[in-house]
Amino acid sequence: MVHKLPSVDVVLVGFGWTGAIMAQELTEEGLEVLALERGSWRDTGTDFAPSFIQDELRYRYHGHLFEETAQETLTFRNTPDQTALPMRRLGSFLPGTGVGGSILHWNGQAWRFLPYDFQIRSQTVARYGNAAVSQDMMLQDWGITYDELEPYYMRWEELCGIAGQAGNVNGQKQPGGNPFEGPRSKPYPTPPMKQTYGPTLFGQAAASLGLHPFPCPSGNMSQAYTNPLGVTLAPCTYCGFCEKFGCGNYSKASAQTTILPVLMRKKNFTVRTESEVTRVNVDAFGKHATGVTYVDAQGNEFEQPADLVIVCAYATHNVHLLMSSGIGKIYDPSTGQGTLGKNYCYQLTPSVDLFFDDKLLNPFVGAGALGVIVDDWNGDNFDHTSLGFIHGGYIAGYMTTGRPIETELLPEGTPKWGAKWKKAFVENYLKSMSVSLMGAVMPDKSNHLDLDPTYRDVYGRPLMRMTYDFKQNELKMQDFAMGKMVEIAHAMKPREIKKSARGPRYDIEPYQSTHNTGGAIMGASPADSVINRYLQHWDVPNLFVVGASAFPHNSGYNPTGTVSALALWAADAIRRQYLKHPGPLVHA
Amino acid sequence: MKPKKVSRREFLAASATAAAAAGAGAIGTTPAFSRDVHGGDKDPWLPHQADAPHPLQAPDYKFFTPEEAAFIEAATERLIPDDAVGPGAKACGVALFIDHQLAGAYGRAQGWYMQGPWSKGEETQGYQSRLTPSALYRAAIKAIEDHVASSHSATPFAGLAPDEQDAIISDLEKGKLDLGGVDAKTFFKMLWLNTKEGMFSDPIYGGNKDMAGWKMLGFPGARYNYLDWVDRHGQRYDQPPVGIRGRPEWNGEG
Ligand SMILES: Cc1cc2nc3c(=O)[nH]c(=O)nc-3n(C[C@H](O)[C@H](O)[C@H](O)COP(=O)(O)OP(=O)(O)OC[C@H]3O[C@@H](n4cnc5c(N)ncnc54)[C@H](O)[C@@H]3O)c2cc1C
Ligand code: SF4
Repeated sequence: MVHKLPSVDVVLVGFGWTGAIMAQELTEEGLEVLALERGSWRDTGTDFAPSFIQDELRYRYHGHLFEETAQETLTFRNTPDQTALPMRRLGSFLPGTGVGGSILHWNGQAWRFLPYDFQIRSQTVARYGNAAVSQDMMLQDWGITYDELEPYYMRWEELCGIAGQAGNVNGQKQPGGNPFEGPRSKPYPTPPMKQTYGPTLFGQAAASLGLHPFPCPSGNMSQAYTNPLGVTLAPCTYCGFCEKFGCGNYSKASAQTTILPVLMRKKNFTVRTESEVTRVNVDAFGKHATGVTYVDAQGNEFEQPADLVIVCAYATHNVHLLMSSGIGKIYDPSTGQGTLGKNYCYQLTPSVDLFFDDKLLNPFVGAGALGVIVDDWNGDNFDHTSLGFIHGGYIAGYMTTGRPIETELLPEGTPKWGAKWKKAFVENYLKSMSVSLMGAVMPDKSNHLDLDPTYRDVYGRPLMRMTYDFKQNELKMQDFAMGKMVEIAHAMKPREIKKSARGPRYDIEPYQSTHNTGGAIMGASPADSVINRYLQHWDVPNLFVVGASAFPHNSGYNPTGTVSALALWAADAIRRQYLKHPGPLVHA
Repeated sequence: MKPKKVSRREFLAASATAAAAAGAGAIGTTPAFSRDVHGGDKDPWLPHQADAPHPLQAPDYKFFTPEEAAFIEAATERLIPDDAVGPGAKACGVALFIDHQLAGAYGRAQGWYMQGPWSKGEETQGYQSRLTPSALYRAAIKAIEDHVASSHSATPFAGLAPDEQDAIISDLEKGKLDLGGVDAKTFFKMLWLNTKEGMFSDPIYGGNKDMAGWKMLGFPGARYNYLDWVDRHGQRYDQPPVGIRGRPEWNGEG
């Protein structure tokens, strides 16, 4: 039996990072906001206190803060001719569950995308001609420009106290910053983090090659910071248990450290935990969302009516929920029909490992976003004529951790186990680091999400099926970037280096990044997108879908800056336009 | 769209406060196993609710039979042998660590998607065994011992010479051994990861005895604050490691 509950103004599906942003913004309008979160309440003192959070086994390997595949997973195959099999254990990506979502255990690498990204198709064609975009590459403009989004990027950086060195303020180049970044209206709210030895060597080597190194913009605090909501974060202690861990020091920007202390005082806000939404309900015409159905920890089913439904359940879950709810037409690569599930993209992350004889790098002195970057080979920052690929990625000299189970850099030819393995590991542990690429991924016709014909979840719903592989554009880009990384690596003068390329096939097991994008993309037309430029569903105007699922392609940066700016932009559109005139904000 | 006049919050207030304390709430008149945290209420925590870890209680085997324990002790010691570089798996308590892992949530594959149908799949499709880790160990050890019995006189794996043991492990790694229903490569991968976990995880779980794994590498453990070291480029870190429980001498043990 389904229990029907009294209606609310706004129901949020998921109370992670974008859920917190949307709740904070919409409660400001006096709306009654209810967030439904499948996981439990989480807070610093109780869930990631420094008296136990630095536990590599429990958090990294047993995934104590991650979602469980028993609750939600997907099936995976590389190509449509294979049979997809369930992801039985998390591997390649590690979404979170519970209040705060994935950002609770993120690194804090806090990026904006380039102006090029938002107009990627038109700018690529204008510079290189139609032939630069292959038949299978479903490249499209985003329906929004960097300049429109800039104020929202600024707001997210101020909300989170991002530490960095500006490279371009209102068109004025700034020394020491990223000369390729889009113009910013203001510098970063806090100065960049101080660098340890490894990133410093990387920066020196890059500069000696004529490149433009700068410190990674960071959500790990370089100093104490009080955000515009009045919430204070503390300086990061370089604890080295950052990525995949919650921060015990209130030093990493997250829902808990930036928004919740204010939001949780508002009487018009409620979060209901242990409540997993199983579908978004629409009326008989499919044009109006009536609310959602959710299931509590005992399996009791509830119907929660709402005037406005906002899905912010993380990129892949957003897409799965729309599919399970029968909202929109699922994309079919063989016919090109349908928009839901297309343009699924990921990231390509090859690296070069460096081994020094004489330099102690102390990798355990690290932080999630500690590193020096060069952006010379990202986006369209360089001439791609006759390279055979578009876009690129940033190259980083990060020093995020020395956790010993995970941090295993070994010279070429080292056996995988036994006495020689042990000797090599011990000799190189303190004296090695990686140079890595955050590589962009372009949408491809056959990379997509749909529903699996065989495997079901605990509720009997089909699992989502992911069909994904690295394509020519990425593999050529990887070869090119590998050459650049090797050059920088050599300039750092190590004893030896080792190249670690990805692919050629994408493997779902080793961790790469939790940067899944696309599937419910934004755009200028319902013919090739699921949501409009305000993240509003084209068919169901009182439904908004927030998250990286909106990205038509994935750029050569981490996604959360852009996810956050888009969330703030959508919230603003709801506050200023939608509430006055509920209905489509863009007419198709 | 205008904000609602009648607040749902008021409607539900009475039942939900009690609900938060009890863990299971009531929504309207419906009993619900979810929890409401209302804005303006106190934090939804009771004292002593920190999500602390569960350390190993007693240092004896809970899962392995004596024969299985002998196998694991011998095999992990080949993976990480005791030598001039530092202690091996045996001295660090790796087999005990693995035993307790298999006796617990990990051994049961708790939280993993374990529904069929089952198929081996491609290399890129990840773990596809129907067996939980504990079942996988049990089946693999038996199959390896059967193989040893049929091809190497009558001694169990633990009684073989080190290079014979290495050859078997190497065959597992390459997937050359036929272990019946168990995929040799899958077992090797799991054993090797669990061995490293036992060497380098926090000592509360029974491995990394005396933090010997960390000392060998120069990893300072659970310290959590290196602000003083950010600028000290290239200097050797001079403090001994600490675990989640601190150092033995802090607890009157050392
Ligand atoms: C290890 C790691 C490192 C990362 N590092 C970086 C980085 O350095 N830089 C960067 O830019 N990004 C990084 N990210 C990505 C970043 O965490 C995400 O982009 C961000 O959290 C996305 O916010 P979201 O609101 O879309 O999803 P989330 O924050 O994951 O929130 C989604 C919430 O919805 C809940 N939910 C899901 N389904 C349901 C349902 N059916 N019913 C109810 N609730 C549901 C989930 O439990 C979760 O709480 C990292 C991620 C991980 C995991
Ligand atoms: S590295 Fe800094 S921000 Fe990250 S968890 Fe540690 S103290 Fe927090």
